[in-house]
Amino acid sequence: MSGRRPYVRSMSGWWRRDPFFVRYMIREATALIVALYALVLLAGALCLSAGEGAWNGWLAMLRSPVSIAVHVLMLAAMIYHTYSWFEIMPKTMPAVFVGGRRLAATTITMLGLAAAVAATVALFVVVRMLGP
Amino acid sequence: MKRSNAPVFWGLFGAGGMLSALFAPMLVFITGIAVPLGLLLPRDLMSYPRMLAFARHWAGKTFVFAVIALFIWHAAHRIFHSLHDVGIRTGPLARLLCYGSAALVSALALWSLWAIGF
Repeated sequence: MSGRRPYVRSMSGWWRRDPFFVRYMIREATALIVALYALVLLAGALCLSAGEGAWNGWLAMLRSPVSIAVHVLMLAAMIYHTYSWFEIMPKTMPAVFVGGRRLAATTITMLGLAAAVAATVALFVVVRMLGP
Repeated sequence: MKRSNAPVFWGLFGAGGMLSALFAPMLVFITGIAVPLGLLLPRDLMSYPRMLAFARHWAGKTFVFAVIALFIWHAAHRIFHSLHDVGIRTGPLARLLCYGSAALVSALALWSLWAIGF
């Protein structure tokens, strides 16, 4: 056994050293919220298949103050997810050329965010029209 | 040469990321805030007969399944690749837990939508 004890810089809390890494970690952490919401909806689908009593139980759960508070936090996380998704889209998609010039990163982000706003409004309008 | 399975998971991650980026904020607002509080939308919107009819229609079924399955595959892929960042060594077990739970959630969603009927 050698007596060498080389210095190894600790990696704990590495992402807190730089605001860029902090934003990266928050962006990655939105996946936990997306998963949580998928589980909330899965519970709803299972309750719906189990009958009216189970479904009303799920609705009552959604009306609880804890659920409302959690959904407000989830909404904030989802809005950040949307923003960060289109913020990194210029890096995750192939380069787009319009008229021989490469589409600027900010243009791609802005088009994505505009699409998200349009989808948000469209979904609300459709749901409102389907409603009683 | 063995073909990589990475494009499949990347594709599911991308599809789920795009679907959630476009619709998740409004979906969370509708199902978790507006309807439970009767804010901007009537509480009756998600009554049992209405949601049963919605989930029995092929379009409603497709939408519910796409949202649940793609959201969970997006999250599973992202969480799997973030494990390294929080100091967890990944291997076949971590892969199985992440993608396996996504597969389980998708299967349960499919089963419940099937059980709801047509």
